[in-house]
Amino acid sequence: MPRFHATVRVGLRPSVLDPAGEAVCAAAQRLGHGAIQSIRIGKAIEIRLEAPDAATARQQLEALSAQLLANPVMETWSLELHNREV
Amino acid sequence: MDVGVAVFPGANCDRDVGWALAGCLGWRVTFLWHQDATLPRKLDALVLPGGFSYGDYLRCGAIAGSAPLLGAVADFAAMGGPVLGICNGFQVLTEAGLLPGGLIRNRGLHFVCRDQRLQVASRHSPWLHHFAPGDALTLPIAHGEGCYHIDPPGLRQLEDHDQIALRYLDNPNGSVGHIAGVSNKAGNILGLMPHPERACDQATGGTDGQALLRGLERWTDLS
Repeated sequence: MPRFHATVRVGLRPSVLDPAGEAVCAAAQRLGHGAIQSIRIGKAIEIRLEAPDAATARQQLEALSAQLLANPVMETWSLELHNREV
Repeated sequence: MDVGVAVFPGANCDRDVGWALAGCLGWRVTFLWHQDATLPRKLDALVLPGGFSYGDYLRCGAIAGSAPLLGAVADFAAMGGPVLGICNGFQVLTEAGLLPGGLIRNRGLHFVCRDQRLQVASRHSPWLHHFAPGDALTLPIAHGEGCYHIDPPGLRQLEDHDQIALRYLDNPNGSVGHIAGVSNKAGNILGLMPHPERACDQATGGTDGQALLRGLERWTDLS
């Protein structure tokens, strides 16, 4: 069975306050990085899986992201399916 | 009363809830293991306790929200059974889709641990029906991710269906609408961030929690 590698990125919806991101942004500005306008913190989830083809892998990962990895009430997610591994 | 208390790995308030319900209220308590997909017998109510279920990995309550026991909780609730989620238990109920909205990082970033003044906003639940709207309670809070979030249409729906159960009198975490607890539309599921089980004995700082928990007895007598 072919193996795939994917990254799911999960972040707070733009309308949701990210106090951790704001704290990091304030620290960045304090350190002299005055050009930094905003920082939002999310997470990147690295996944390896087996699937017969890329379309099936994508379908499984999309279902998992919507069901468990992100909570649509306050988060959005995006999926990056990388190279098929040999 | 014959009540089931969920036990998740990392949820450290299950014994406290057991002590409050059995020791202070004299109820029968059965602990329910997170891997069990069925309830041992017909119970009067279920409580999902506070703590850090599954280490709060991914999101608070996310992994517990899909634990086998939650299927049994959902079935019990669908039949009208009273379900109470405290702190992490509230987070679990939102993650399981049994309560609307979600809980995110406190606005001030601090873990807040203190006695909190609250106001009863709705009597629409077995745990609050014996209060009058506007009644004040003081219950301990202890959370880092208790900022209640829901989008504006969702908030309007909560208001329209009388689902806002408790509000903070001085909002400790940035929750929208000062919301400390919500119920489902039917009213039988209640989630709240404060810990009623920690206010059941005068020796531990008040008995307002006992007053809230005892609501279930009167509600069961009425129904």
